Amino acid sequence: MCLAIPSKITRIENDMATIDVDGVQRQASLLLLEDAAVGEYVIVHAGFAIQKIDEAGAMETIRLLKEAAAFVESGGGDPS
Amino acid sequence: MPLKHIEEFRDAKLAQNLVAKINATKTRHIRLMEVCGTHTVSIFRSGIRSVLPPTISLLSGPGCPVCVTDQREIDAFIELARIDDVILTTFGDLMRVPGSTSSLQKQRADGKDIRVVYSTVDALEIARKNPAKQVVFLGIGFETTAPTIAAAIVSAARTKVTNFSVISAHKLVPPALETLMTLEDVRLDGFILPGHVSVIIGVNAYQPFFDRYQIPCVVAGFEPTDILQTISMLVEQIKTGRPRLENAYQRAVTPEGNPTARKILDEVFELADASWRGIGVIANSGLKIREAFAAHDAQRLFDIQVPEPQIPKGCICGDILTAKKIPPDCKLYATTCTPTDPVGPCMVSTEGTCAAYYKYHV
Ligand code: SF4
Repeated sequence: MCLAIPSKITRIENDMATIDVDGVQRQASLLLLEDAAVGEYVIVHAGFAIQKIDEAGAMETIRLLKEAAAFVESGGGDPS
Repeated sequence: MPLKHIEEFRDAKLAQNLVAKINATKTRHIRLMEVCGTHTVSIFRSGIRSVLPPTISLLSGPGCPVCVTDQREIDAFIELARIDDVILTTFGDLMRVPGSTSSLQKQRADGKDIRVVYSTVDALEIARKNPAKQVVFLGIGFETTAPTIAAAIVSAARTKVTNFSVISAHKLVPPALETLMTLEDVRLDGFILPGHVSVIIGVNAYQPFFDRYQIPCVVAGFEPTDILQTISMLVEQIKTGRPRLENAYQRAVTPEGNPTARKILDEVFELADASWRGIGVIANSGLKIREAFAAHDAQRLFDIQVPEPQIPKGCICGDILTAKKIPPDCKLYATTCTPTDPVGPCMVSTEGTCAAYYKYHV
């Protein structure tokens, strides 16, 4: 039931946003996410935007992932 | 721009590295449960199971909304469809779930007005266009879906759409986690916590559960790297013997969750006991519509009586939802029961464990 791909808001009219999901335009209610703005990326569930994608959070996760990658590439591993 | 991060979260090299890291971390045999149905699908689709070391078992939990809906609730939905002048609106997954004697799909074939909607916004629109009918929405799902239904109820009340009501059969995740910890025959070493339930309720909502059971818990996103990173974090916690409640989905999940959604949930619903397929009644694990919105509560508006429900013969969906058994343990699996001709809800829903096993080989 969870559409995991973040969608970009291209238009807002009253409480409804037009979102772009991989090139397809859909409608999403903003009743559960009041401060969303055009150009922002949101997670949409059952026709409602439920959260904005946090840029800093995304970067932090990617940093951790890359750190893990570097750890592996340097030949790290569990000695035991 | 954030969307480009999708590429990074789908980066095969990063995924391979995470797999190598997980494989390099030696632990005893561990059992991790993914609680969310969307995670189940993502795990199968990406082939994560096949790249993990044999010491790690992934088990699917009670996270498929259709699957955990109790047989009595399914029967009540079907009974509602039989009432004159009712238009039933529902998410598509429910249509084929077998009730004791019929299904919504069969009712529709018999001429009952049952419409599949993508969102409660559409259901409300149907109510506006059909003022002479009662439009009832079948409210199933967890904390992610419940606010979308609460929002529709509030909209209906504000805009005076008096012919719109909801039957609330929602379920809450944290009480189910508690119950899983107390069931006999269920042994788990860590939880992959649901991403979008957590978007709404926040990481903090699991704190009381975590404090009580001290079991490794990590909130996960839905891309393969998200899930691999989550597994890697869980394995690390288990290896070091230091359980923690962590968040591997920071781009969407905050400690407090979505305050607007939580507020509307609280405005419309109060806690109630709920009955789960395969588990039974769990105290305060469901949501009931508050008195203030009684005019939109289908449970109050229609007196629905159903006889003692019958579970499809031979179906062990209940045991599968609690990870006591896996689909191949079921005699009907892939013989009598297939996605085209499903016997139980775990094969009906695309998020069901039996459907995932069937589709992706196992
Ligand atoms: S395979 Fe079919 S009958 Fe068996 S448990 Fe799964 S849904 Fe039920």
